[in-house]
Amino acid sequence: MSYINKPKVAHPSLPTNSLGLTRRQYEGSMSTLCAGCGHDSVTAAIVEACWGLSLQPEQLVKLSGIGCSSKTTAYFVGGSHGFNSVHGRMPSIASGANAANRGLTYVGISGDGDSLSIGIGQLVHAIRRNVNMLYLIENNGVYGLTKGQFSASADVGTKAKRGETNSSPPIDPVLLALTLGATFVARSFSGDKAQLVPLIQAGMRHNGFALIDVLSPCVTFNDHEGSTKSYGFTREHYHAAVEADFVPRAEEIAVNYPEGEAIPVSLHDGSRVVLRKLDPSYDPKDRTAAYHYIENKLKQNEYVTGLIHIDEADNTEFHNLNRTAKTPLNSIPFEKLSPGSATLHKLMTRYR
Amino acid sequence: MPSLIAEATRVNDFVVKFANVNGTGSASANSLIMKAIFRMGVPVTSKNYFPSNIQGLPTWYEIRVTRDGYAARASHVDIMVAMNAETYSKDIRELRSGGYLIYDSTWPRSALLQRGDITVIPVPLAKLVNENFDGVRNRILLKNIAYAGVLAALLDVDLEVINGLLSESYGKKPKLLDSNTKALRLGYDYVKQHLSSPLPLRVEHMDKTRGHIMIDGNTAAGLGCVYAGATVGAWYPITPSTSLMDAFKGFCERYRVDAQTGERNFAVLQAEDELAAVGMVLGASWNGARAFTPTSGPGISLMNEFIGLSYYAEVPCVIFDVQRVGPSTGMPTRTQQGDIMLCAYASHGDTRHVLLFPANPEECFYMAVQAFDLAERLQTPVFVLSDLDIGMNDWMCPDLKWDDAYKPDRGKVLSKQDLDGLEKFYRYLDRDDDAIPYRTLPGTSSKGAYFTRGSGHNQYGGYTEDSAEYQVVLDRLKRKFTTAAKYVPKPVLIGKGTHAVGIVSIGSCDGAIREALDVLAQQKIDVDYLRVKAFPFNSDVEAFLKSHSTIFVVEQNRDGQMKSLLTLETAVDKSKLHSILSYSGLPISAQPIVDEIRAKLAEAPRLAAVPR
Repeated sequence: MSYINKPKVAHPSLPTNSLGLTRRQYEGSMSTLCAGCGHDSVTAAIVEACWGLSLQPEQLVKLSGIGCSSKTTAYFVGGSHGFNSVHGRMPSIASGANAANRGLTYVGISGDGDSLSIGIGQLVHAIRRNVNMLYLIENNGVYGLTKGQFSASADVGTKAKRGETNSSPPIDPVLLALTLGATFVARSFSGDKAQLVPLIQAGMRHNGFALIDVLSPCVTFNDHEGSTKSYGFTREHYHAAVEADFVPRAEEIAVNYPEGEAIPVSLHDGSRVVLRKLDPSYDPKDRTAAYHYIENKLKQNEYVTGLIHIDEADNTEFHNLNRTAKTPLNSIPFEKLSPGSATLHKLMTRYR
Repeated sequence: MPSLIAEATRVNDFVVKFANVNGTGSASANSLIMKAIFRMGVPVTSKNYFPSNIQGLPTWYEIRVTRDGYAARASHVDIMVAMNAETYSKDIRELRSGGYLIYDSTWPRSALLQRGDITVIPVPLAKLVNENFDGVRNRILLKNIAYAGVLAALLDVDLEVINGLLSESYGKKPKLLDSNTKALRLGYDYVKQHLSSPLPLRVEHMDKTRGHIMIDGNTAAGLGCVYAGATVGAWYPITPSTSLMDAFKGFCERYRVDAQTGERNFAVLQAEDELAAVGMVLGASWNGARAFTPTSGPGISLMNEFIGLSYYAEVPCVIFDVQRVGPSTGMPTRTQQGDIMLCAYASHGDTRHVLLFPANPEECFYMAVQAFDLAERLQTPVFVLSDLDIGMNDWMCPDLKWDDAYKPDRGKVLSKQDLDGLEKFYRYLDRDDDAIPYRTLPGTSSKGAYFTRGSGHNQYGGYTEDSAEYQVVLDRLKRKFTTAAKYVPKPVLIGKGTHAVGIVSIGSCDGAIREALDVLAQQKIDVDYLRVKAFPFNSDVEAFLKSHSTIFVVEQNRDGQMKSLLTLETAVDKSKLHSILSYSGLPISAQPIVDEIRAKLAEAPRLAAVPR
């Protein structure tokens, strides 16, 4: 149960980040997911990413809907506020929370059921609104808590644990996000922490909506022969197109890439993402090309992973468009918000 | 010249109704007349009956000139300005015997003259306008102003006042001002030259509107949100609530934009649907902003799941429900009070919610502010149950006033310093024995971090499936509702409070009831009236129900929802309650209330006897 606290004792030799915090201090309560669940690896990657960014725990806001994936917000960064809302509606909570305080880092954790079925409308509109947040989908192709029904991301021909074959075409969150003009689109695998951690860090620092689709196998209901979302299948059909290294602001000088191999992208806070193309024909800055590349690979049953598309120059982030005050709306003094009696008195003439 | 049926002069007490086609610009001419009468110091009410349509369907506007200052719709029409040939037969039927029909005689309609008990006043409006103006659209618009001129002459409305209004509207557009003034004069002069004027029904200067304004409830509520310090508004457009967010946005653009930087101290999010709209309100309120959503019945139906989360996870949430006619899509442009039960118990499981019932636009302003104070104090959803009649019609109200000493009640929110002084923070613990826990805002301190969830939780904020732990929280929520009864506004009592017969009502029924009380008093029927301003009901409501032996519950829905709520939530003996219902979609008027009370008391005179 998630209210069981982990032991507070930490070995004195554990490494600390620039805030003097250990990785343990970025953990949350005990996971109640099945042993071997892909989601727990994602949780570990988030812990690593936050520790690496030296994020103040209270500066993080964790949001989720309903489902196995949505439970995981309780399992990382216990020192930050979490909001486990209703099924498929996390994006609206995130939009409202972000509108109220633009100064915090927002991470939403969702699943394929939460995001691609009941909540697809809210996901689509959060992308359109370009809410500044990291939106991470832990994608396993099944409904776990209700015992193994296919989700909307299940591939055609994939087999359920009881033998049923899926015949409905899948909705791919990466293609969906590209279609909608998302400015940061990535895919990864829960089993590839080396790839996932810098993606999470870059997604958190991206100014706008960052979507990461993480293939995260369900060991209980979708890890059998014939499943296209099993550990085995994913490992075999997993195809990294672009590697991304996240370079925090402070470390910028220390990192050196040979020219020609790397594409550096500056993020708004001064940090950088350095992309390294593994497939020379691929251009992560060209959204249309990225779309076709991904779509073609999917037809061959290949999941393209890495930072698929990034457009940091885009300034359609919600607050930019709204011209919201730099001071978070929840911190503006009341005197600045309420126009006062003299103004009201003057206004009354309009209604005579 | 038509012969006018002799009638005693009736000054400042009559009803004019305009029958138009929507989308023809008639609204500005109609409100021009209304405003002019108001500026002459004469109280008016105005009701707009419009279709759920953009252009081409019938629409009506009704001005009640009421020297006594009654706020309700009258249930008769004295003067019909019939400008829509499609509805001529219906419009002529509606006229009171002895009334007047003004119509465009460019196309004579002999069929109209079939009622012998009214006076038909033909004015060749289209002919007059076509002879003097060019352009199809222009002619259509100016024909409206021309009939305003006709009315001005017939009713003796001060032409200077009208011209004053026109120059305020078109002062910066001299061409428009010229054509409008000319059109007004065309109608006015035609009457003066061809008809006898003014009519026995007419307007005279009074001094009863000083210190008053004409404002609609949605504008007042939107303004209230600005004054309350709301910074996040989320919504999905729905009639009749849309103008509330339009008003909020308009006022914010005026008062909340930094002149130097252009930075905005507000955010308006037009959501993809009502589910998202209320989700945004929860997210923003949870994060420490004052946030709200305006909607109507169908929106509330969609919001139910989040309303339950707001209740159980104790996240403040302000919802304006500008009620319209249900069920289902119903009649979106007609009024009703049909969402009382829906809002009182919205969402699955055991939930009960705070409701506020504004009776007029003035209360929309003040209750908007109260709603935020209550939602943050009680950490729960608060509904402001307005309706289309209040929300979209202009009502005469006293000037809105603001107390600069007002400090918003942000409720029990712990600061970093507060948290530093605590050994440990528990989100749902009842520390003060008032059933209201303390909350913390994201970003404050990791010591105050907690996990907000709609799933089972214990008083410490942890997940639970333990029966006893679950019940501790659920029982406290019930006690919190008792606390809420102490915070919500008290009811308004009219009358001595000692009569045997009482009326209990809510919201926009108020004007009709006050008028009915006057009529009943003239007939020596004394009735006390309690206007409930909020749910949960406080002790004053309970006491009134106890001390009256016959109680009429007046409300605007079919099923007597307020009566049901009273029987469920108070100790009242159900047999004492009698419903008086109005659910036609038109605002309630006084006469049916008088008639029903008289009929009931005549049928059983003992009901009027003072108890004991």
